[in-house]
Amino acid sequence: MRPVIKTDKLTKRFGAFVAANELTFEVEKGEIFGFLGANGAGKTTAMRMLCGLLMPSSGKATIAGFDVYTQTDQIKRRIGYMSQKFSLYDDLTVTENIRFYGGIYGMEIKEIKAKTLELLAELQLEKEAKTLVRDLPLGWKQKLAFSVSLVHSPDIVFLDEPTGGVDPVTRRQFWDLIYHAADKGVTVFVTTHYMDEAEYCNRVSIMVDGVIAALDSPAKLKKKYGYDNIEDVFYELARKAKRSE
Amino acid sequence: MITLNNIKKTYNKGTVSAVQNINFSVNKGEIFGLIGPDGAGKTTLFRILTTLLLADEGTATVNGFDVVKDYGKIRDCVGYMPGKFSLYQDLTIEENLNFFATVFGTTIRENYHLIKDIYVQIEPFKNRRAGKLSGGMKQKLALCCALIHKPVVLFLDEPTTGVDVVSRKEFWEMLKRLKAQGITILVSTAYMDEAKLCDRIALIQKGKILSIETPEKIVESFPVKLFAIRGGKAYKLLEDMRAFNGTDSCFAFGDALHVTFKNDENNTVLQYLDSKGHIGVSIETITPTVEDCFIRLLKK
Repeated sequence: MRPVIKTDKLTKRFGAFVAANELTFEVEKGEIFGFLGANGAGKTTAMRMLCGLLMPSSGKATIAGFDVYTQTDQIKRRIGYMSQKFSLYDDLTVTENIRFYGGIYGMEIKEIKAKTLELLAELQLEKEAKTLVRDLPLGWKQKLAFSVSLVHSPDIVFLDEPTGGVDPVTRRQFWDLIYHAADKGVTVFVTTHYMDEAEYCNRVSIMVDGVIAALDSPAKLKKKYGYDNIEDVFYELARKAKRSE
Repeated sequence: MITLNNIKKTYNKGTVSAVQNINFSVNKGEIFGLIGPDGAGKTTLFRILTTLLLADEGTATVNGFDVVKDYGKIRDCVGYMPGKFSLYQDLTIEENLNFFATVFGTTIRENYHLIKDIYVQIEPFKNRRAGKLSGGMKQKLALCCALIHKPVVLFLDEPTTGVDVVSRKEFWEMLKRLKAQGITILVSTAYMDEAKLCDRIALIQKGKILSIETPEKIVESFPVKLFAIRGGKAYKLLEDMRAFNGTDSCFAFGDALHVTFKNDENNTVLQYLDSKGHIGVSIETITPTVEDCFIRLLKK
């Protein structure tokens, strides 16, 4: 199978500082890939390069078959992005947010209308269609933001700490959506500080000081490092970090 | 050290209820955790106890002082680290610390022993502006600023949100050392795994307290058997277990499913999973975590 994300020694330097150092990995279609690392390990830099938002210093990478140096416009059309900090417009209703993002991605009105009904039904938000996003509970906002990031049927969705601050039941409902999307063939690239969520991923990578220190399935990583949970694996690798953010 | 009696608070002229009938007390030298998601009412309680917000009803005391009548005395003897950092972004690490020390009529030197363990980690960067610090460093500086006047009670509102595992572990080590010096700590968090590090915890949701106990007792009071089921394709297993008619609750927990059944004796479940094509499935009884307990309380 052709990988949806493929990088080869992908590197970003800021002056003498190497934020991301020779990252080489592949992510398959429909895979849930956990991208872990301590604050300051270089996750955001790497993600920005993969999204076509930051020009690498050296190395190669293709996203959905497009080159991160020369085809950033095409990349942006084929990916979705959601972060905890910003995704939705508070002053727009649920429907308006979906329509806005559909429009941004150049979808036709008819297509947007159909997609809106589909999303509202899937999220069971039909009654809230005309509610301003600011009046929704945080958990619903997160689920809506995730769905909106998928509105244009992207190949890959990047989730940057998507589940902060919600109760444990809502957090799991969110993961149900992720599983569902992956099941339909969307590749999910996710960062999180909740180590139990790392276990829900097919594979995880752990970044330390700009390099990928470990990459494998959660089960194999636990076996290799001799711990019974990913948190301990992470702690062992990340505490060796020399650079302070 | 801290008492709350029937505390109630509403916003927007009574239309939005923030907290209702909150009763608990915190003993001297205790680490007491308020555990719950965003919007549960944790910050409202912190603001009432630190005398920054008046309750609609009820009374509360901190260190024996009433939060309304004796607010000045409370402000002198407590340290408060709000969820959104209270630091001055344009001041350096050292200037921030100096500012807080001066406001409380003390000096960094006088109480240096209290913050030394924490401060040495950020001291090499003492001329860096707070706005340029990482999350972990801001967190350490904010804690130093909350400690510099030698408070008897420390209020920490979600000190570890958005902070990585390594910094979180270090932070809780620091809290244990502060506790050893006799400081009483009220701390809130949305991370359930931090609950077990507290002496007692209150689980809070939608402005109401669901339970107040030691972490051990909360776990002991889990009313049914909890099973961990592993194996096969995770998502398919989750869907099939939810569809099983003997299942009461089923949630993913890391690499396992945590399942309770309508009847603790469940002989047909493996047979059922076998018929659904799952291979190599294991099932075992396990001790619940605080998160299991919280999920169960939420479902009520």
